[in-house]
Amino acid sequence: MKYQVNETGFYGQFGGSFIPEMLHSNIDTLQKQYLSIMAEDSFQKEFRKLLKDYVGRPSPLYYAAKLSKELNTNVYLKREDLNHTGAHKINNTIGQILLAQRLGKTRIIAETGAGQHGVATATVCALMGLECVVYMGSTDIKRQAPNVARMRMLGARVEPALSGSQTLKDATNEAIRDWINNPVDTHYIIGSVVGPHPYPDLVARFQSVISEEMKWQLKEQTGSENPDYIVACVGGGSNAAGAFYHYLEDEAVKLVLVEAAGLGIDTGESAATSVLGSMGIIHGSRTLLMQTEDGQIVEPYSISAGLDYPGIGPLHAHLIKSERAQVFSATDEEAIKAAFHLTREEGIIPALETAHAFAILDQIGAKPDESMVVCLSGRGDKDLSTYIAHLDGEIVDS
Amino acid sequence: MNRLTSLFEQKKEGVLNVYFTAGHPSLESTVPIIRSLAEHGADIIEIGMPYSDPMADGETIQKSSAVALKNGMGLEVLFGQIAEARQHVEIPLIVMGYYNQLIQYGIEDFVKKAAEVGIDGMIIPDLPMAIYRDDHKELFEKYDVCHSFLITPQTSEERILMADALSSGFVYMVSQSSITGKTGDISEEQIAYFERVNGMALKNPRLIGFGIHDKETKERAFHYANGAIIGSAFIRAVGNEEQTLEENIDQFFNRINA
Ligand SMILES: Cc1ncc(COP(=O)(O)O)c(C=O)c1O
Repeated sequence: MKYQVNETGFYGQFGGSFIPEMLHSNIDTLQKQYLSIMAEDSFQKEFRKLLKDYVGRPSPLYYAAKLSKELNTNVYLKREDLNHTGAHKINNTIGQILLAQRLGKTRIIAETGAGQHGVATATVCALMGLECVVYMGSTDIKRQAPNVARMRMLGARVEPALSGSQTLKDATNEAIRDWINNPVDTHYIIGSVVGPHPYPDLVARFQSVISEEMKWQLKEQTGSENPDYIVACVGGGSNAAGAFYHYLEDEAVKLVLVEAAGLGIDTGESAATSVLGSMGIIHGSRTLLMQTEDGQIVEPYSISAGLDYPGIGPLHAHLIKSERAQVFSATDEEAIKAAFHLTREEGIIPALETAHAFAILDQIGAKPDESMVVCLSGRGDKDLSTYIAHLDGEIVDS
Repeated sequence: MNRLTSLFEQKKEGVLNVYFTAGHPSLESTVPIIRSLAEHGADIIEIGMPYSDPMADGETIQKSSAVALKNGMGLEVLFGQIAEARQHVEIPLIVMGYYNQLIQYGIEDFVKKAAEVGIDGMIIPDLPMAIYRDDHKELFEKYDVCHSFLITPQTSEERILMADALSSGFVYMVSQSSITGKTGDISEEQIAYFERVNGMALKNPRLIGFGIHDKETKERAFHYANGAIIGSAFIRAVGNEEQTLEENIDQFFNRINA
C-alpha cells in the first residue's frame, strides 16, 4: 500500500503529528482509538444509515452528455452537490460526530472557509444535540454570508478569526487554540485532510464513500469500475481524497488535482501550494506549504474561500511528489467562467471551489474512448452574490 | 559550562524567567530589553522568535509577533542582536519558537548558530519528543544547547518522565490547560497538579509558566516549583506607548515584586 498512511502517521515523508503538548492527550486518544471505533459494527451501521437516510446517499453519478460532446471524451459528474447541506463536507461531519459521541465529548468546534464545513458541522450538532462553535475568518464571514446565516439558524456560534488574512488558515489556528483551552469536553471536527495524524486519514476514510460509490456506479453505467481520470479541486484536499481513495493503489486510474491560482501563480496573490510551496509544518502536519525563507507562513489568496489555504493535505503532498497525481491550477477568472459554462450547459450551479476543477478539463487531454469523473464537490448557492456580480461582465460571454 | 545548567546548580528557588517577543515593540528593542531585564534581576531571559502562526499563543503574543514581523524581525537579525546582547549580560538566554522556523533554517545550522551567539537553551513546543530523541538530541548535546519540553495538567505520568528524561536545563510546566496570556487566579486543581509533579522527584528543575502575570501568581509558582516564567504580562507592559521602555520595565518589576 504505497499511498496509505503508515503506522506512525506519515505518507512518505509527509504527515506526522507536530503539536504542542497541550494537544497531546486528545490527539493520542484519537490515534489509538479511531480505527477500532470506526470498525465497530454499531458505528458502521449508524454511519451508513445516516449517510443514506439523512444525507441522501448514494449521490448520483451523472453522465454529462453536453460536456462530453464538447470535450470529445466521456465526462461523469459525481454529484456531491446533491448531498444534504450542499457539499461533500457532511460525509466527514457525520462520521466525526459519531466518533465524538463515542469519545464522550459534549462540545464541538470546527473551522470553516467557504462555510460548507461549518454548516455541515452545525447540522450534525443540531441533529445530535451538541454545543457547536465554528471559527471563520472575518474575510470569509463577509464573502460567504448565506452560510454564516445557516450556521446561526442551526444554533452554532460563529466566532470571527481576526488574525492574519482572516481566512481559513486563521480560523484553523483559532480552532486549535480553543481545543487547547478546552481539552476535556471538546472534540475538534477538522474539515479537510489536514492537521496532525490521525486527522488526514480519518477524514479521508469518511470521505472515501465517494470513490466507493463511484466504483459500482461506473461498473453499472460503463461495465468497468475504473475511469481513466478522476478530477477534483483541492483546498486541503478532502473531496479529492474521497474521490481518489479506492483508486489510490490502481495506477491505471490517473489522478488530477486542481489548485486555486488566485490572480495568477506569479502575481503574489495565489493559493497554488504545489507550485509555490515547499516542505514545512502547518497545523501540526509536515507537508507542502507557502512560506518565506524564515519559515513564516505566507498569506494565500483565492476568490474561493474554501481553496484559500497556504497548505495541502499530506496525502496529496505525497501523491504530487511521487507523481501519482498531476496538478493543474485555475485562476479566479477561469473558475468563474467555468462556473457559468457548467450552469448554462448542464444546468448545475457549482460552488466556486468546485468550479476550479471544471476550468481545466480541456487541458487534461482525455481521448474520445476515455472517461473522467469530476468530483462536483458542492453547489453554488453560497456564491450567488459573487456570480451575480460577474453577470454583466464580459467574462461571461463564452 | 552551559549557563542554564550552572544557574540551577546555584539557585534552586525563586528563579525568574521573563519572556519577550523579539522585535516588539520595535525592531531595535531586543538589546535594551535584555540588558534591562538582567539589571532588574531576571535569572533567565526567554526570547520569542516571532512566528506568523503561533498555535499555542494567546492574543498578546500573537499581536506582538505580528508587530515584530512587520517591524522586519527575522532570524539573521535576531542572531545578530543576541550576539550583541551577549557582550553585556551573563545570564542564560533561551529562545522560544516553532519547529518550522528551525526546519527552514536547517536544524544543525540553527543549533550551531545559537550556540555561537550565546544561546543556552530552546523551547520548541511543537517539536515532538520522539523526533527530538531520534533526530536532534545528539546535535543539541554536541553544541551544548539545552532543550526544555512542556508538560501540562493532561500529561500522563509516563510522558512526564519522558519529558524529564529528554529535557535539559529545566522542564516547562504549563500551569493550566490553555494558550498563553490568561490572567485568572491559581485554582485548587492547578495546585493539585503542581503537587503531583513535585512528588515525582524529576531530575530537572521545573519552571511554571502560562498565566503567571502578577506578584501573587508568581509567588505561587515560586512556592510550587523552582521558578516562574512570565510572558504575556511583560509584553503587555512593554507595549505601553505612553512611557519609555525603561519606565515600562521598571513598572513591571515594581508590580511583580512589590
Ligand atoms: C464545495 C467545496 N469544495 C471543495 C472545498 C475544498 O475543500 P477540500 O479540498 O477539503 O475538499 C470546499 C471547502 O470549503 C468546498 O466547500
